[in-house]
Formats: sequence, C-alpha cells, structure tokens
Amino acid sequence: MPAPTSGIAVSGSASGADRLRPAADDPLWVKLLVCFSALSFLVLFLAVPLASVFFEALRKGLGAYVDSFRHPDAWAAIRLSLLVAGIAVPLNLVFGLAASWAIAKFEFRGKSILISLIDLPFAVSPVIAGLIYVLVFGMQGWLGPWLTALNIEIIFAVPGVVLATIFVTFPFVARELIPLMQEQGIEEEEAALLLGASGWQTFWRITLPNVKWGLLYGVILCNARALGEFGAVSVVSGHLRGRTNTMPLHVEILYNEYNAVAAFAVASLLALLALVTLVLKALVEIRVRRVTAESSRLPPQTEA
Amino acid sequence: MNLAAVPLIKRRSVLPGFGLTLGYTVLYLSLIVLIPLSALFFNAATASWDHIGRTLSDPRVLSAFRLSLGASLAAAAVNAVFGLAVAWMLVRYRWLGRWLYGAGIASTNSWLGVALALTFIGLPFVVRTLQPALEDLDPEVEEAAASLGAGRLSTFLYVVFPAIRPALLTGFALAFARALGEYGSVIFIAGNMPMKTEIVPLVIVMKLEQYDYTGATAIAAAMLVLSFLLLLAINGLQWWTARHRMTR
Repeated sequence: MPAPTSGIAVSGSASGADRLRPAADDPLWVKLLVCFSALSFLVLFLAVPLASVFFEALRKGLGAYVDSFRHPDAWAAIRLSLLVAGIAVPLNLVFGLAASWAIAKFEFRGKSILISLIDLPFAVSPVIAGLIYVLVFGMQGWLGPWLTALNIEIIFAVPGVVLATIFVTFPFVARELIPLMQEQGIEEEEAALLLGASGWQTFWRITLPNVKWGLLYGVILCNARALGEFGAVSVVSGHLRGRTNTMPLHVEILYNEYNAVAAFAVASLLALLALVTLVLKALVEIRVRRVTAESSRLPPQTEA
Repeated sequence: MNLAAVPLIKRRSVLPGFGLTLGYTVLYLSLIVLIPLSALFFNAATASWDHIGRTLSDPRVLSAFRLSLGASLAAAAVNAVFGLAVAWMLVRYRWLGRWLYGAGIASTNSWLGVALALTFIGLPFVVRTLQPALEDLDPEVEEAAASLGAGRLSTFLYVVFPAIRPALLTGFALAFARALGEYGSVIFIAGNMPMKTEIVPLVIVMKLEQYDYTGATAIAAAMLVLSFLLLLAINGLQWWTARHRMTR
C-alpha cells in the first residue's frame, strides 16, 4: 500500500511546514519500513477482524441477516444496551463535570490522590468490577439479606448491569475534562463573577461553552464503552435471555448455540456503532483542533 | 497559601461550588468505586487463610496467572513496538496519516491466540499516549542533532527516544493493565482449556459460577495487588527516568 512514488512525491511537495525540514526527515527505506510494519499491523489487527464480522454476518444472504434482528430476544438486547448506556452516560457526565470543576478550578490537598482514584476503574479488570458488586449486592453479599427482604433485585437484574457499566465507564468524561479545564484556567470565570454573574450563570455561559467539545468527546468514548462492555456485565447479568442480556452478551449466547449468522449480525451492529463512533470522534477532533487553533490566534487581537 | 485558616483548600478562590462539586465527586467515587472495591479486600481479609492459600496454590490457578502475565507482557511489548511505528507514521508522515486518521484503533486455540486478542485491545493505548508526545517533539531539536553530525539512527536513539520514553512507558503500562484484565475477547478465541489457555479473569468467573465466592475474591485480590504493584513500578521507573534526565 505505501507506494514508493507517492512517498517521494508528497514528501517532496512541502504540503506541511515540517516537510521543509530535510534534517528531521527519515530516509526513504525507513519510511517504507515504518509504514509497511504499521500498516500490516493495522490490517492484521483491525481491518481483517472487522471485515470478517460483516462477511460472516452476510454469509447466508441479506434475508438471513435481517431476520436475525426480527427475533424478540435480539430486540430486547438492543433495547437494554441503549437503556443502560442512557443511564450510565448521563450519570458519569454529571460526575465528570463536578469532578473537573473541583479539580481544575481549585487548589486543595490530596488532589493528585483524587485524580489517581478517578482513574482506578481503568486499572481494575472488568470481571473484578462485576465481582465487587456481587460481593456487595449479591445474595451472600453485604446488603444481600436486606435487599431480599425488601424484594429488590440488583444482581442478575437490570440495576446490576447499569452499576457495572457505570463502573467501567467511570473515568472517561472526567479524564477528558480535567486537563482541558486546567489548561483554560479561571480568569474568564473570575471576570464573569466580577461582572455580577451568579455561579450557575458563570457555569452555563462561560465554563460549559468552553469545554463543550471536550465534553462531547468524553461522552462519545463513554458511550462506546458502555455499549460494548462484556466482562463486567457478564458477571452481574445472569444471562437471562430477553431480560438482562445486553448486545455483547447476546452475541456470546448466539455464538455458543452455533447460530453464527445471528451472532455475527448482532456483532456487526456493534461494529457499525463503533464505526459511527469513530466518525463522530474524528469530526469532534477536527472541530477541537480548529477551536484551539482559533483561540491561540485570538488573544493578541482581543487584548488590543 | 492560607494553610492555617482553611485546612483543605490551599488557595482561596472567588469561584463558588467547591464544597458542592468536591463533595459530590467524593460521594459518587465512594459509592461506585471505593466502597465496592473495599468489599473485595474486606472479604479477602475475613476469609479463612487456608481457603485462600489452597485457591492460590491450585496449579490450575497458578498456570492461569502465568498465562495472563506472560501473554499480557508479550502483547504490551508487541504493542510498544508496532504502536510506536503506527504513531510515528500518523504524526510524521502526514500524507499517509491524514487519510488514515479515521483508524481508531483471528484465531487459534493457543497461547498465541490469547496474546493476539490482548494485542488487539491494547494497541490504542500505546498509539494514543505516544501521538501527543510525538506531536510535541520539536523538529528543531533533531535538526540541531543533525547539524552536530549525528546520523538519523543516533538522533533517534539519543534525542527522540529519551523524549518519548515516558509516553511509551505509560502506553506500555496501560496496554499491559488492560490486557491483564481483559476477558471478553480472549474467551472467544482461546478455547479455554484448563492449564493451557485459561486466563485469570476466566478462572474468577468460573469460581463465581460454582458459588465459590471466597476463591473468586482471593484470586481477584491477588490480581489487583499484582497490577497495582506493576503500575507502581512503572510509575517509579517513570519518576526515576524523569529525575535522571533533569540532573544530567
């Protein structure tokens, strides 16, 4: 794929500023080697598996593909996945905003510990994330007897699935917002307060518009993980068909039943969602870059 | 710095909402993460040591640990090498990177299958942490090296590599931690044969399915301690190299 001619042509044609720097440029054979290994790695680990999902899903034709979505269990899985993401993402969004406001706008003791603790769910295996909720809410767990007495079901029911999903998607929004807000500082908010705005007005009119693209980026990542999570959800869901099966769990059940077409059909839906996520991500990234480029150009003009 | 008057906050600010947002952050963090996670260690601490010892010394569990650690390490190492190639291509060779930018980031019943699946899920961590570090790298530094007579290889080894080493280490650590905990993609591929292709998270799930909560808790606690120690070691290495570079 990395045709040598195009390599020479474009690297010589000074399209970017850094292309005018021959001393920091690599020899052609290095470029080819790096591109070849990078591209073959990407093809092997991303393109081939992705393509095979769609290939397997369409193996028995479009009719069989569409039929696999007509099944009520498939529908229930899709609805449950959307419901779970619909609860987990807004909760983590509110948390992300609160955490980044406290961490980025104030100096307090134990801040770095708090930041590490927010990242903690990334270091914990999803299976362990499911396990800890079983230990708290399960039949033999801390709250188990009390919940049974009240007839509240959490483990092997939808609330457990929601909790596990919240855990694994916990840091996404906060992680995006904290560095962004730290970079933006507090001058604009101070100015707004000085001019008589209330705290909420300052937040809605100054802070939120400033971070909205970073926020959207975090939400997209959070949502993607919420829809695709398997390990944590599989531990707490109990795999009840049509009731506590999310899309990834439904794929597993179908696959274990040797219903390959239906399994890959649902998997292809997840893959499509991932592709949509990628496109949205790329759009937001372009937008963010443009906004930061503009804001880095602006200050001298506004001050003048 | 008004340390005496207000114990928690270090510098007074006119912005409102510190108590509300920090309080909510700590509450939500405690409810969702800290309290449930402490349940794990509490249960492990109160379980009989005999049971824990028997669980952890079970050859099947031990071989799962060996596989998980080995395959995760291999996957993270492969990702560090190829992730560097991918990030280098995306950042330096814009002509290709630009139209490939959308790329965000198979199968045998063997050790290799496990490592392959773990490589797949760890790749984005290396690329995403290396990319900003490579973008921040000023080409002038490399030009300076070249003008002082360094070849491309020694420029990379002595100028570029030390600058991106922290990011590479972080990416490696993230990919490793993620690989160690990964469950979903591996169990589809690995064949899940006892003693051969069983990873630690799978053993935890199986213990749970047999209602052996103590066993599951013991393995999970051991695994968490292990991955925290590894992250701590890599952070320590990070800190050490940073200090080492500063003093030079």
